[in-house]
Amino acid sequence: MKTDRKCDWLDDPQNIRKVRMIFYMLLALTVLPDFFLHKHTLFYHVEAWPGFYAAGGFLSCAVIIVVSKLLGFLLKRKEDYYD
Amino acid sequence: MTEWLPPALVFFIGALFLPLIPGKARKVAIVAVPALCFWLITALEPGSGWHYQLLGRELTLLRVDRLSKAFGYVFTINAFAAFLFAAHLRSWHQHVAAMFYIGASLGAVFAGDLISLYLFWEVMAVASTFLILARRSEKAYRAGFRYVMVHLFGGLCFLAGILLHIHSTGAVGFEAFADRSLPAYLILLGFLINAAAPPFSAWLSDAYPEATVTGGIILTAYTTKTAVYTLIRGFPGWEILLVVGCVMALYGIVYAILENDMRRILAYSIINQVGFMLCGVGIGTTLALNGAVAHAFCHIIYKALLWMSAGAVLYMTGKSKCTDLGGLYKTMPFTLIFGCIGALAISSFPGFSGYTSKPMIIEAGVHEGLYWVWLVLEIASAGVFLHAGIKFPYFVFFAKDKGLRPGEAPLHMQVAMFFMAFLCLFLGFYPQPLYAILPFPVHFEAYTFEHTLNQLQLLLFSALAFFLFLPMLKRTATISLDTDWFYRKGGRLFYRWTDRVFNGLNNQADKIFMRRLPDLATRFFRSPGVHLQKLILVPYYRLQGLGTVALRQEMERIERRATEGSYPVGVGVLLAVLFLAAMSLLFFMG
Repeated sequence: MKTDRKCDWLDDPQNIRKVRMIFYMLLALTVLPDFFLHKHTLFYHVEAWPGFYAAGGFLSCAVIIVVSKLLGFLLKRKEDYYD
Repeated sequence: MTEWLPPALVFFIGALFLPLIPGKARKVAIVAVPALCFWLITALEPGSGWHYQLLGRELTLLRVDRLSKAFGYVFTINAFAAFLFAAHLRSWHQHVAAMFYIGASLGAVFAGDLISLYLFWEVMAVASTFLILARRSEKAYRAGFRYVMVHLFGGLCFLAGILLHIHSTGAVGFEAFADRSLPAYLILLGFLINAAAPPFSAWLSDAYPEATVTGGIILTAYTTKTAVYTLIRGFPGWEILLVVGCVMALYGIVYAILENDMRRILAYSIINQVGFMLCGVGIGTTLALNGAVAHAFCHIIYKALLWMSAGAVLYMTGKSKCTDLGGLYKTMPFTLIFGCIGALAISSFPGFSGYTSKPMIIEAGVHEGLYWVWLVLEIASAGVFLHAGIKFPYFVFFAKDKGLRPGEAPLHMQVAMFFMAFLCLFLGFYPQPLYAILPFPVHFEAYTFEHTLNQLQLLLFSALAFFLFLPMLKRTATISLDTDWFYRKGGRLFYRWTDRVFNGLNNQADKIFMRRLPDLATRFFRSPGVHLQKLILVPYYRLQGLGTVALRQEMERIERRATEGSYPVGVGVLLAVLFLAAMSLLFFMG
């Protein structure tokens, strides 16, 4: 395939803003039903709170990223470390 | 129909004849062998066959049940797609190594006894090494060497366990281990090394990314998943696997986030995914074991798809580091789409294959009331989306445009990726054919409204975290220390340390025994009479209370007598007598 068929739709900041808005709307849409739904719990009552899994996903990733970043200071080396 | 050829032999025969087949026909042969083998497996009926005698025991080459068949199916499906992806290779070397490797893993899956399993286990280790060496780079040679050493160590643990097991029980059959004794633990250790359980996991992330473009795709499926199969067969319900599995699930994520090389990111995510499967084995209920098999099945397909998309990028650009890549969506849109399907499947996004398999394991844990396992696996599920679901496609295909304009991958690669992507979507929407081949009857429904909603929340907010924390995730041109440090750097440090200690000792000994002592001896024997007299008389005179002046006078007298030779007896006689006295003393004491 030739390279002249390239797509550069995301080079435009306007389009990135559009994508971001759609993404935020999707986020809201996934949490919204929680307020009207009777949710089942597996272990504790807190799981029935609206947006429990949303908060869980976000916090898990935030913690994972921060912990990884901190471990990175300890574990990261230059690429030629073993050479 | 167990009298038919065992699947392993089909691959072995294929491997032996492959070099004789000329160019174009060989391309057909490499995809025909897995297809034929897949058909053979569908025709296999439960039971055992192909018994043979070795070491005075009856061994079983072919044990067919639902568990071995499930793995047989996915191994051959993956082989088919991987060979299709590798159809451009001109030389036969890699194809032959891959055929032996895949054949041996099929042999391990269908082996009915420990000795046959061990033999196939070792063939796998050796054959797979050639897929790494075939890269023909200095780095690959070294990584391949480390890879095979770790596997030979694992194989030795396994062998020791087998010998002790046979010695204590007299049985060679490969069944679930009932008693928790040393032999069982040694075998477990052998399996866990191949399953890439920390601290024995570094071989995977060290060696796989150094393999060839096509070799990497083949490697990802077989070694770890054969180990998962053996764990399901041998160690269902062993609680230690829960701990190992949880550690692996988190460990893989952290390292994948730190990593810069795209194929190494995917290598670490294998460790993460195998962690989920090991948790399923550790839970040990029928639902959990079904989940482990189903997840292994789906995982092999979407992981191969991810490695194919990464392989296509590496093949087209020659680069595999995130810091060198970016903006490839412009010229590799199909590879991007296939890669994203793999990424969504590994993240168990609703509608993709991971979503119909992984929740089985998590739900089985919930049924058993394992709160911590549930919590860790949910956190890890969020983390998978972070490192494999978004990070891999984002940094390779989007992020900063590095000006690479490689063009789309060759057609056969795209067809192979399309095939795997189709399977990911098919199993995501319609998992019933997969559920039908699992070892136990399945009562599981992934698509309840609530569960799907929860999963969407979990994943989409993980994505939010990724984009909000993006500055902290910026790629750096670095590597991360893993447990392979101990044999890569640690080995060198040990060498340096022993060099300093033992060569230091050697130098000191040389100084003392070869230079100082002979010096002393020569000085002494230049005039032994004087020195002997001094040695004896000085303490004697001291005891008598002679002053320093008087002492010096006595010394001068001794020296004068010695130089003038005015002894009543010659020095030689004196020494001879002393020597004889010493000898007779030794003689009588002896």
